[in-house]
Amino acid sequence: MYRYDEFDARLVRERVAQFRDQVARRLDGSLSEDEFKPLRLKNGVYLQLHAYMLRIAVPYGTLSSRQLRQLALIGEKYDRGYGHFTTRTNMQFNWPRLRDVPEILDLLADVEMHCIQTSGNCIRNVTADHFAGIAADEIEDPRPTAELIRQWSSLHPEFDYLPRKFKIAVTGAEHDRAVVRAHDIGLRILRNAKGEIGYEVMVGGGLGRTPMIAKTIRSFLPKADLLAYLEAVLRVYNLEGRRDNKYKARVKIMVHEIGAEEFARRVEAEFARLDGPAIAADPEEVARIAAYFASPAYETLPARASGFEAAKAENRAFATWASVNLFTHKVPGYAAAVISLKGIGDAPGDITSAQMRVVADLAETYSLDELRITHAQNIVLPYVKKDDLFVVSQTLVEVGLATANAGLITDIIACPGLDYCSLATARSIPIAQALAHRFADEKRQLEIGELNIKISGCINACGHHHVGHIGILGLEKSGQESYQITLGGDATETAAIGEILGPGVPADDVPDAIERIVSVYLAQRTSGETFIEAVRRLGLAPFKAAFLEKTHAPA
Amino acid sequence: MPLLDRNGSKLDDWTISEDGTADAPRILVAFEHLKDALAGNGRGRRIGVAIANTVKADALAPFLNDIDLVSIAFPAYGDGRGFSIAKQLRHAGFKGTLRAAGPLIADQFAYALACGFDEIDLPQAQAARQPVEQWVHAAASISNTYQRGFGAENILDARHAARLARK
Repeated sequence: MYRYDEFDARLVRERVAQFRDQVARRLDGSLSEDEFKPLRLKNGVYLQLHAYMLRIAVPYGTLSSRQLRQLALIGEKYDRGYGHFTTRTNMQFNWPRLRDVPEILDLLADVEMHCIQTSGNCIRNVTADHFAGIAADEIEDPRPTAELIRQWSSLHPEFDYLPRKFKIAVTGAEHDRAVVRAHDIGLRILRNAKGEIGYEVMVGGGLGRTPMIAKTIRSFLPKADLLAYLEAVLRVYNLEGRRDNKYKARVKIMVHEIGAEEFARRVEAEFARLDGPAIAADPEEVARIAAYFASPAYETLPARASGFEAAKAENRAFATWASVNLFTHKVPGYAAAVISLKGIGDAPGDITSAQMRVVADLAETYSLDELRITHAQNIVLPYVKKDDLFVVSQTLVEVGLATANAGLITDIIACPGLDYCSLATARSIPIAQALAHRFADEKRQLEIGELNIKISGCINACGHHHVGHIGILGLEKSGQESYQITLGGDATETAAIGEILGPGVPADDVPDAIERIVSVYLAQRTSGETFIEAVRRLGLAPFKAAFLEKTHAPA
Repeated sequence: MPLLDRNGSKLDDWTISEDGTADAPRILVAFEHLKDALAGNGRGRRIGVAIANTVKADALAPFLNDIDLVSIAFPAYGDGRGFSIAKQLRHAGFKGTLRAAGPLIADQFAYALACGFDEIDLPQAQAARQPVEQWVHAAASISNTYQRGFGAENILDARHAARLARK
């Protein structure tokens, strides 16, 4: 993974000192509260319902063992012994004190981490495929591109006061695991007819109150043009994006209002004026960054790992975990293991400091010292030898992290909701917990198969409910929580926004409503057909009928 | 209003004359009167123009050789359009003075300079709360950033130079 050089390290240290100075100037009155707010947000400090919240960047979801141990320490020393991984692969601490923040930032800088631009109207933490470098369907590793963008977008003089936040995601594979079409800019690495590597550039995706799927504005951008092209897109948006209404300020609204073709035309006109090579990183710099993500020294192993097969035969629980939580590795004899942070009854994405240390130790011993955080709020050990998987899973069992539900109905994405968030209109975590309990039975989960439920506690959609196979949106209707259910969302390369099934239901009725939807699937699916495939084939009607049956039944 | 540049406080020797009729050596005219002010400029006055941040850089392009100053309004400090306009004007070859006018904060000074601004024209109240020392200090708080084409130095070129030196 990437390591800071002297320049990266100095910039992060100077940013910490700058924040200390900003806090001091707020306290002495030089900065008004209105002036200070964006400054603290650009450093990840939110004021939430009960306390300050600190959001730490985990660039493209990659962490080392040492970094995770530092997060464990911060959680213990400055929070309540746990942290929360978000759908943008960041870590949030929900209970730090404002005066401790500079000290926490110093601890982060010690392990090459920061909170730069994890909030505010600027370019946010760049995300990428969590199986980068190990997926068989990969054209090129997206992480060097993501790291280049991380550097380019950090403290950008021109683009730190944008109309609204701006999110970029990169995938290098055919199968999109980074939800690139739900981002302000999505980049897909591809190869053209001449065999050259470049990017498909998609703009104007986003969830929130106006969900939009990004439109392609450039089907092939040569790699060397990336930074100049991004500069052109951001300049057009900075100059012409709407600033009259916060809710219409994302680039998706501009793309929607003027059309993708016109947006592309303006970007291309600006791009044509720029001196690309004067903006681009020189090839040696690109190579320097890429070298950090070179393939590790894999051992030559047989594809069939005898120890692994034997352990599966002897231990049913392990066999189940292995069949659900492993991802096929491009190198024979290895697997990527998903550590579910969705234990039945747990808050999705939460992890205790003690668990973080255990996971860090496992990564150090069994996964080349590296971990990945996924947008589904789970952790991946990317380089585990199959014969080590049993030991790994047994250690996970001991700390309650061996839930075999990756991609299944209880692997629920949920935002913090009304339990923490000042924007929320309803609770999310208790709904996730109730659903997890309802569908806890392992056999039943396996029978249902792949099904993504995503829950947001308000229309800002941090829980990605629009792209959930089943989406749940918590609203407030005359003082009561009301949950709107959507169906048919898709977060992959076939991205789609889910459609609303009917009127909202009260919190207590959500598990029954989901149950009825699942029953339609189980009754009508054809052999081997997944939930989302069945929804596409059957359409909304039968699900809607089942959903409405109860909702509108006379008392 | 108080004016400052990278060296500190500065005397404002421009006279605001929206319609361009004032008899002064340096007059700052409104964008809509720029053409007339330049056409009637037989007296060797220097002309500057004050623009809203909704004016496109392209609209100024025909005049860039004839004007000595462009003052770009920042209606609020969170409105960053002025940074892009400055960048575009510099890219179009404007060599005169670029002024950012409005309630900016000290933490934006480095960004403003990197985008091509020379000076900041602050409202009185803002300048009173944020003395010039804070601006000079803030401008130096981050010694180097990554972007190429924004000011003299950047990390990517520094790395390049270090590689060359090692060869």
